Amino acid sequence: MTHENNDRIDLAMITNLVTPEAKVLDIGCNDGTLLKMLESQKSVDGRGIEISQKGVNNCVALGLSVIQGDADHDLVYYPDNSFDFVILSQTIQATRNTKTVLEELLRIGKHCIVSAPNFGHWRMRAQLLIQGRMPVTKSLPYSWYDTPNIHFCTFEDLKDLCHEVNADIQSINVLSDTGRDITKIAPKPLWNLLAQQSVFLLKGSD
Amino acid sequence: MAQSKATQRAHSEAQSPSSNIAHFGEDAPLHLDAGVSLSPFQIAYETYGELNADKSNAVLICHALTGDQYCASVQPITKKPGWWETLIGPGKPIDTERYFIICSNVLGGCLGTTGPASINEKTGKPYGLDFPIVTIADMVRAQSMLVDHLQIDTLFAVIGGSMGGMQVLQWAASYPERVFAAIPMATGARHTSQNIAFHEVGRQAIMADPNWHQGKYSDEGVVPSKGLAVARMTAHVTYLSEPALQRKFGRQLQDRDNLSFGFDADFQIESYLRHQGSSFVDRFDANSYLYMTRAMDYFDMAEDNDGKLANAFSGTNTRFCLVSFSSDWLFTTAESREIVHALNATGASVSFVEIESDKGHDAFLLDEPEMIATVSGFLNSAADARGI
Repeated sequence: MTHENNDRIDLAMITNLVTPEAKVLDIGCNDGTLLKMLESQKSVDGRGIEISQKGVNNCVALGLSVIQGDADHDLVYYPDNSFDFVILSQTIQATRNTKTVLEELLRIGKHCIVSAPNFGHWRMRAQLLIQGRMPVTKSLPYSWYDTPNIHFCTFEDLKDLCHEVNADIQSINVLSDTGRDITKIAPKPLWNLLAQQSVFLLKGSD
Repeated sequence: MAQSKATQRAHSEAQSPSSNIAHFGEDAPLHLDAGVSLSPFQIAYETYGELNADKSNAVLICHALTGDQYCASVQPITKKPGWWETLIGPGKPIDTERYFIICSNVLGGCLGTTGPASINEKTGKPYGLDFPIVTIADMVRAQSMLVDHLQIDTLFAVIGGSMGGMQVLQWAASYPERVFAAIPMATGARHTSQNIAFHEVGRQAIMADPNWHQGKYSDEGVVPSKGLAVARMTAHVTYLSEPALQRKFGRQLQDRDNLSFGFDADFQIESYLRHQGSSFVDRFDANSYLYMTRAMDYFDMAEDNDGKLANAFSGTNTRFCLVSFSSDWLFTTAESREIVHALNATGASVSFVEIESDKGHDAFLLDEPEMIATVSGFLNSAADARGI
């Protein structure tokens, strides 16, 4: 598990981005919360990959199509363009070969949705600057030594990576800790400071 | 050596079983992979529950190597309860109040479906080794004839573990339009070299028994019980796991306080295995064991599809749920994962769960709560999708 359930303000945003009845692959689907939301609100044909056995068992017991696996090893088996949407929600920071994973996403999905916590948030910066310690927050509650999150990035870093893999960024949403869309209320240069997380909609290869 | 009562009972169950029987006459020959046809033949089967009006709730249960059609009712020879009553029954995940459940003895079996222990009408004697070699695909072909006979087009689900799981995979590959949902458990898309090796040990033990008589033991009125028992003992070890054996038996002695300094069954594990071997002989035919193990050995779905397992499932609409067990070293999680990857490559709907258990391969037959929750969740959601 790479995140806590009680603080998933990105899920509603992701659900909004998905078109009805799409074929969706949720990578790192955790306990199936997002897949269930997508099934009930968007009638999607949903599939999931989850690394934790407990999460998988929960999902399958809920009737979701989920397999035990991980983004680093299992994406290679999916054919090109086999999903309308491939979603990587709050999982990219837990992948080992992050760039390869993003490239695989773009290969498999007609669209990709990537949401990630923003390490550039002012509270993170303040913790490091003032306390001199690795940030631990409500949405990222792990200590440095037991975190599954091995590749942290800021909003700007993630954007750079999208450019590096030649992803066509179709939309960006940056969300405050209360789930408000900051793009509407703050100027662009402040997004990296104010966003608790960001949601990128990318266009995959045709 | 006079045949025991149980052996005689097993003999009569092979000819005229307590189950329902579907007869297939000369007009309905079964074409086998070996290139020959079998005719006439019969399939012995049990059913539980009621078929609904639109015939959409039929579930086929496929049994394992030494299983039988009595998955949820008393086995007539051993008098033991059905082998899958953990999963099948009223209110259970494979709910007899919701589904119409069919379980048939496999082709080549010895509980009433035509096999080497059956009487060959042409000779009036049991087939023995004159019975043609059958494959998993042949078993499935025979089952599809049974499903036709029951006037069912599409099965809601096909479910089975081990050799039963192989049949499930074969069903999905051979008759994709007839399988709405599939649950292959503790199985693989091919029999591994190690698995073939263990089977060969078992077969050699049977064939080395002087009572085997080149498979014509019934002519002699004997049973190669020692060989068959050894085959079962060897196989049984492969169904368990080292931690489970250690936990259950350790190095505990059987009915004694000290080592005998001889070759009696000093250890509990020896006594247990001997019992497993001798009780198996009462209910299973030695030749049938040869044929069943061979069918598993020959199973290789990738080989049958130009070397690509994914080809076996291309374009499938069947929803799959694969289950493996962490301590199963006969059909490992890696083998299930190979099937999952092949299914992913075809874009199939697939769930895959590895159940944490130290009980080895046999775990699929046992009361494993996570497995039960998995089967239940998957079947319920599939049933909703099918409108059952």
